[in-house]
Amino acid sequence: MYEFEFARPTTLAEAKAALAEEDAQALAGGQTLIPSLKARLAMPSTLVSLSGIPEIKGVCIDDEGRVCIGGGTTHATVAREAAAHYPALASLAGRIGDPAVRSRGTIGGSLANNDPSACYPPAALGSGALIITDSREIAADDFFAGMFETALEEGEIITEVRFPVPERARYEKFAQPASRFPLVAVFAAKYADGARVAVTGASEEGVFRWTAAEEALSSDWSVEAVEELKAEADGMIGDIHASPEYRAHLIGVMTRRAVAATL
Amino acid sequence: MARVSMTVNGEQVSGEIEGRTLLVDFLRGTLGLTGTHVGCDTSQCGACLVHVEDAPVKACSMFAAEAEGLRVTTIEGVAGADGTLSPVQKAFQDYHGLQCGFCTPGMVMAATSLLEENPKPTEAEVRQYLEGNLCRCTGYHNIVRAVMAASGQDVGTVAAD
Ligand SMILES: Cc1cc2nc3c(=O)[nH]c(=O)nc-3n(C[C@H](O)[C@H](O)[C@H](O)COP(=O)(O)OP(=O)(O)OC[C@H]3O[C@@H](n4cnc5c(N)ncnc54)[C@H](O)[C@@H]3O)c2cc1C
Ligand code: FES
Ligand code: FES
Repeated sequence: MYEFEFARPTTLAEAKAALAEEDAQALAGGQTLIPSLKARLAMPSTLVSLSGIPEIKGVCIDDEGRVCIGGGTTHATVAREAAAHYPALASLAGRIGDPAVRSRGTIGGSLANNDPSACYPPAALGSGALIITDSREIAADDFFAGMFETALEEGEIITEVRFPVPERARYEKFAQPASRFPLVAVFAAKYADGARVAVTGASEEGVFRWTAAEEALSSDWSVEAVEELKAEADGMIGDIHASPEYRAHLIGVMTRRAVAATL
Repeated sequence: MARVSMTVNGEQVSGEIEGRTLLVDFLRGTLGLTGTHVGCDTSQCGACLVHVEDAPVKACSMFAAEAEGLRVTTIEGVAGADGTLSPVQKAFQDYHGLQCGFCTPGMVMAATSLLEENPKPTEAEVRQYLEGNLCRCTGYHNIVRAVMAASGQDVGTVAAD
């Protein structure tokens, strides 16, 4: 690791000021960033830890019934505290990585990183969540901009994520056993105004909505409605773990399993 | 350099660190607590697993500065003051849950966390919880048996199929 200054602010305002410095970078759980620092893929002048800021942690329900999660909330806390309000989201958080990853890793870090195989991006996109930063609100539909790219500006901090709670939802993850990330995973949710289906781990463009499945499920939330549906292998990731065709196949399987689990 | 203070195995400790000093380096290098091992150094193997405020954490993937004011437990803090092994440690010994022993500190810390959260786990739950802890020797069989035994459950049927 290159040398850097370490800042540990206790308020959002202090964190914002520290992040305004040249080459400063936010540190949340460090589960992605620390390995990158060790590999010298990142070289910040100052690392600004978000772990000591109480105002961006915790789970609550707002006046509109949305589940609101502080940007610095760990996966373990979401798994525990969101269970009664949004079981599909809590179950997703409880299956990220392993217990030690869940003790440290955060929702803000996961969304900001936008790994093409991460679990939270499909939850946010599949729930039509609202991502709140220190300066604005961004709809999930406008947030993800391709592999490891998001709408966030330099130094912008995710402070909260608001999830409208669906009537039914389920996250089905086909885990890659060595990394414990999804090989392919699907978040399917049924809202009063229609279905949303978001896919991770599959596309070279990162997380995406499978609109054909959304249309079919919006008129008929059943396994049969998506039985014949096939995702295109074009544009899917091909690597040593799986071919584009296999990933496309898994999208259909995971979608059907997700819907079946809600019935 | 900055100063960090924390409670490790019940004792108040402090020391000089750089921003980039990892918790595992502070534990091993500054405090001499070498029971916590470094296997992969990339958050994959769990050999460095310790408890921070009772939660399992990979000490190779947390900065020492982040532990300021917190309570840390390492494998050295698991046995009683008189050396009496904890139930998990005893079961690892009784059921031969180790061979070279390199993964064992992390395994014991992870298994201890599991039984605090879930005192009577099923075999599947044990295997799932230990997903982040790699063992290159045992094939996991006796580790799972040890954890089942530590929870006071029958080990006869573990991995029977
Ligand atoms: C063994 C292992 C298994 C894993 N398995 C999975 C899995 O199955 N599914 C999955 O989704 N993930 C998995 N992860 C990744 C894990 O969930 C990470 O915790 C997560 O991707 C990053 O979150 P973090 O809090 O650790 O962020 P960090 O690593 O601290 O930061 C990541 C990036 O986000 C930025 N950032 C952090 N917080 C904010 C914020 N609030 N606002 C703006 N920018 C911010 C940082 O500057 C950095 O660029 C795994 C990781 C490991 C090590
Ligand atoms: S040394 Fe920390 S996880 Fe392998
Ligand atoms: S006993 Fe050798 S690595 Fe587990």
